[in-house]
Parts: sequence; C-alpha cells; structure tokens
Amino acid sequence: MLDKQTRSVLLDPLFDENPIGKQVLGICSALAVTTLLKPSLVMCLAVTAVLIASNVSISLIRSYIPSSIRIIVQLTIISSLVIICDQVLKAFAYGVSRQLSVFVGLIITNCILMGRAEAFAMQNGPRASFFDAVGNGVGYSLVLLLVAFFRELFGSGSVFGVAVLPLVRDGGWYVPNGLMVLSPAAFFLIGGLIWALREWKPKQIEIEPVVEIELEHGAPASRHAA
Amino acid sequence: MASHYLSLLVRSIFVENLALAFFLGMCSFLAVSKKVSTAIGLGFAVIVVMVITVPLNQLLLHGVLREGALTALHPSFATVDLSFLVFLTFIGTIAALVQVVEMVVDKFAPALYSALGVFLPLIAVNCAILGGSLFMAERDYGFGESVVFGLGSGIGWLLAIVALAAVREKLRYANPPAALRGLGLTFMVTGLLAVCFMAFAGIQL
Repeated sequence: MLDKQTRSVLLDPLFDENPIGKQVLGICSALAVTTLLKPSLVMCLAVTAVLIASNVSISLIRSYIPSSIRIIVQLTIISSLVIICDQVLKAFAYGVSRQLSVFVGLIITNCILMGRAEAFAMQNGPRASFFDAVGNGVGYSLVLLLVAFFRELFGSGSVFGVAVLPLVRDGGWYVPNGLMVLSPAAFFLIGGLIWALREWKPKQIEIEPVVEIELEHGAPASRHAA
Repeated sequence: MASHYLSLLVRSIFVENLALAFFLGMCSFLAVSKKVSTAIGLGFAVIVVMVITVPLNQLLLHGVLREGALTALHPSFATVDLSFLVFLTFIGTIAALVQVVEMVVDKFAPALYSALGVFLPLIAVNCAILGGSLFMAERDYGFGESVVFGLGSGIGWLLAIVALAAVREKLRYANPPAALRGLGLTFMVTGLLAVCFMAFAGIQL
C-alpha cells in the first residue's frame, strides 16, 4: 500500500526513533499534563494537529525560506498555528483548555515542532513531511498516554475519569498513591519507560564517548567512562 | 510590600521551580547538563533573558494587547482586544531580544560572549522563557512583580540545572544497567531532585 520509504518515515518514530525516548524532544509537556488521561489526550491531538500543519506548510515553502532567518519564519508559522489551536480549544473545550493552562501556548516551544521542521520538513516534500508528522505525533502520543494511564490509574484510581480502583474515600479499598499526581512521578515513569524501551531495542543504548578527565594536579588523562 | 516581593522571589526560586515543578526548559535541561561549567553558563544566560523578557512582555501585554489598552491612541479602539496575539507577540519579543542581547554582549563583553555564545540562540526556543512570560500573563503580575518573578524563576532554573549537572558528573563512575545509562538514569535523578525541591512546598514568608 505504501512504499518502503514512506512506511519507514511513518513507523520509525513509534518505537525506533521515538521523539521522547530517543530524540529527547517535547519532554516538557509530556511531563506536565499527564496527571489525567483526558487533558493528555487533548494535548496529544493538539500537538499532532499543529505538527502536521506546520510540517506540511514549512515543507511547501522550504525553497523560499532564506536559511539565515529560517528559525524566525518557522516560529512565526508555528505560533500562528498554535493560536488557531488555542482559539479552537477555548471555543469547544473550555474546561480542558483551562486545565492545560499555559501548556497550550508552550506547544510553540515544544521541541518536536522545531526539531521536525528543521530536521525533516526543510529537506523533504510535503507528502513525506505529512507522514513524518503523523508518525512523530503518534509516537509522542503513545508515550504521553502511557504515562498518563499509569498516573491516573494509581494516582486517582480511575481511567478517563471512570473509577476502576474504588477509593477508600468513596468506601472502596484503594488508597491512592499521592506521589503519582506530583511531578516526580512523571520523571520516574518516563525514566522507567525509556529503560524498558532500550531493554527491548538495545540499538538505542547510549555508548558514552571517551571523556577527558582533569586529574587533581592538572594533567588530562583519557579513559572510558565506567 | 517588600515582604510580598521577597515571598514571590522565594516562591519562584524554590517552591514553584520552573524546571522541577513545571517541567519547563526540559529539553536544554537534559541536553546541556553533562558538565557543571556549561550548565552554569546556560543558567546565567537564562537569568539575563528572563529578567528582561518577562517585564518587557508585561509592558506589551498591558500597553498594547489588553482589551482597551489602545484607547489612548484613539477612543474608537476601546473595544479592541488583541489578547489572542499573546503567543505570537511573546515569542517574537523573546526571539528578537535574544538576538539583541547576543549582539550587545558580543560588542561590549567579548569574553562573556565566547562563554555564553553557543547558548544564547538555544534560549529563544527554551520553553522556560516563554513559560515565564505566559505564567506572568495568566497570574496577572504587575511590572514590579514580573521583574521579581523573572529573576526568581531564572535563579531557580540555574540552581536546578547546576545541581543536575553535578550529579551527572558523578554518575559517570556509576555502573547502572546498560539500558538505563544516559537518558533513563537522568530522568530518575531529575525525579529525585524534584522530590528534594518538594521539601520547600508550603514555605510562606
């Protein structure tokens, strides 16, 4: 159905080149909005929509952007798209938009957008850029929803607001884990996810380069980090 | 009055630390925290840009974008509400200002420029900077408050990145499972740092 190259552009970002797990892009929002599934889902849709629109439009005008001002041009395109996205959210999902607060605006500086624009859309045609955007958006959403699933399940005992583990507060048996709704839990969960991902795909394991170490008397010596 | 500002400063440095409580500026936070010296350089660049952009954006928000802010120009502008343009305006201000700061530093303090040079362009897309301005808009800070908030958030970000860089320098000698090495371990350490910073929660001055 799709040729081989398109398929790799579309599917690689899911696991092999995951924007969060491998490329370290778009971490901020991945951590901040994931206490509950519903805002996370809205965030994923918003980021994916903006990513698709920005990748396609930047790739359409890529030959007319002078390279010295490309960052500003990209930022302008992205922020205009984010404004539209913010207005749509305010109009149709006001509650969620309040919950996401500044993080809708922060899609502008979400490194996935700039990163993909710079690394892919500036060199490739609109069709390939579209698939790249879809792939990266879905890869980002996978991690986000997984983290949000665990945080909501163990932090609030529910999935999408539906109680799964009845809380002690409501006469059930589950004592919610307070750590899960706080910020450190997100770091631990993503750290754990990356660990699992790399255990599964050992190609992604980082090999530390040879480091120069200053000895106390000032003589540099090189060795492999442990 | 002074105690209000002091409280805001302490709160923005420790309790509402942009990096560890709101996860802002995470990309450069994780990417540039391999060495303490570069972390300090980036941290100071963030402080400088924060202290200038947050108040500047505050002025723009209240002087141009708010509903009714343009009434002084012409009475018929009283109902004009440009606040939907905040994102574009804020990011424009930040990108332009980073460029100006870069040129000024290059002209008058070449030594500082060569130390900060690499990091200044990075800062334009650092979400801590834009986040600072957006929080200022959302919480409706005045001019004085926004100066203090910018300074405090910058210092808090510097503290967090230097602490992480110091831990990571030591981690080079640790022997974690191969798949956890690098990014995974860094996330966990950042999580522990965030737990430590939570000890400051509830401080009231």
